[in-house]
Amino acid sequence: MLNKRIIPCLDVRNGKTTKGIKFKDNVDIGDPVAMARFYYNEGADELVFYDITASSDHRSIMLDVVERTAREIFIPFSVGGGIRTVDDMRAVLLAGAEKVSVNTAAVQNPDIIAEGARAFGSQCIVLGMDVKQVEKSDRIPSGYEIVIHGGRTYMGIDALWWAREAENLGAGEICLNSIDADGTGKGYEMTLTRMISEAVNIPVIASGGAGHPQHLFDVLTEAKADAALIASMTHYGHYTVSQIKEYLSDRGVPVRMLW
Amino acid sequence: MIAIIDYRAGNLTSVARAVRQLGFECTVTDDRKEIEGAERIIFPGVGAAGKAMTDLVSLGLDEMLRDAFGAGKPILGICLGTQIIFDRSEEDDTHCLGLLQGVVRRFPEPLMLDGERLKVPHMGWNQVVWTGEHPVFTGLDARASYYFVHSYYCDPVAQETVMGRTEYGITFASAVAKDNLVAVQFHPEKSGRPGLGILRNFCNWKP
Repeated sequence: MLNKRIIPCLDVRNGKTTKGIKFKDNVDIGDPVAMARFYYNEGADELVFYDITASSDHRSIMLDVVERTAREIFIPFSVGGGIRTVDDMRAVLLAGAEKVSVNTAAVQNPDIIAEGARAFGSQCIVLGMDVKQVEKSDRIPSGYEIVIHGGRTYMGIDALWWAREAENLGAGEICLNSIDADGTGKGYEMTLTRMISEAVNIPVIASGGAGHPQHLFDVLTEAKADAALIASMTHYGHYTVSQIKEYLSDRGVPVRMLW
Repeated sequence: MIAIIDYRAGNLTSVARAVRQLGFECTVTDDRKEIEGAERIIFPGVGAAGKAMTDLVSLGLDEMLRDAFGAGKPILGICLGTQIIFDRSEEDDTHCLGLLQGVVRRFPEPLMLDGERLKVPHMGWNQVVWTGEHPVFTGLDARASYYFVHSYYCDPVAQETVMGRTEYGITFASAVAKDNLVAVQFHPEKSGRPGLGILRNFCNWKP
């Protein structure tokens, strides 16, 4: 049986990892390559690097992080943040990432999804979606709207429509981040996750809000997510990946227990 | 020297990195002479079967692979590379290499398990039930999982070539072997230590 994936997310700024609370007051907490090695040894199923500097000046710093990581860890990892062109994707993939994730660039130019899928295969292309709950309306019938700029800019795009559209364009996976839940540690956005996961036939990674193993259990069962992103709850040592996996395994969720 | 065949099918650097990490020399190449001179061959790949076969043929590597198989050189297929060693793929209705008899089929639609619809591609970590004895698939813990990404699966004719099976709505062959050829549907280079173990076994294998 296919296992549910536990995916630590490392936000990287200027070549160092950070973890922000609701995208504000980011603090440095370490070397991304060392953290990747740590999580690989701890049984993480996959890793996500999110480059929050993402200006062209820092591109080479991130590529260096990706290259050094790829030499040491032999599980899939994806890189997102500031990827705008097929050439950006190629650089990250050649440096050793398994997947690239596009978010803002795809909202502004959806063709990037199709172009990336044609060039590298759908399995390489992850659509990152930042979502906020809003009042249901004709424009946003699901009541969930796509936002960019860390949640400051509403795009007038319905999240449910966008998920389906991205699948049609060739996205291989969706990383679904609730801005409302992000950084709260109070659990994932269950309604949103279940809605998107049932609407598409590609894997959905739930993101934002994990604080307790119970939250992962809930989102991976009731909300039907295929994978769960975690950050603070393991970065700050409250839990280990293996503790979370034991918790899930004890409750009947299929997870990879040997690595 | 191990030749990792470069036929423009996806990113092959991760296979090379894993092989080097294990202490073996390898080169990513599309050069016939270099491949012919190699001690063993890894045939990886991601992407679509149609384009992959077109590129293989245009590089003259289809004949070269058939010759290497006939000559007894150890060959490891990975993912799309594994699918292409069969006769035919339903993906783009592609005529493939025919080193092993069988067809590569699309997962049925809808793919169901216990009343729930399974997603395609089959992406993530899944188990392999080892059903055959083989030096490349030895020393593995039965509980280990391997990383899969695919929408098509191999359906070999000869069941004795099947070394491992995986369940995803249906049961399919995830590891096959015949003579000097072994092939896996999952990505050993992305499957942590168990995957590296298989790569190491292959690099040391003397069929």
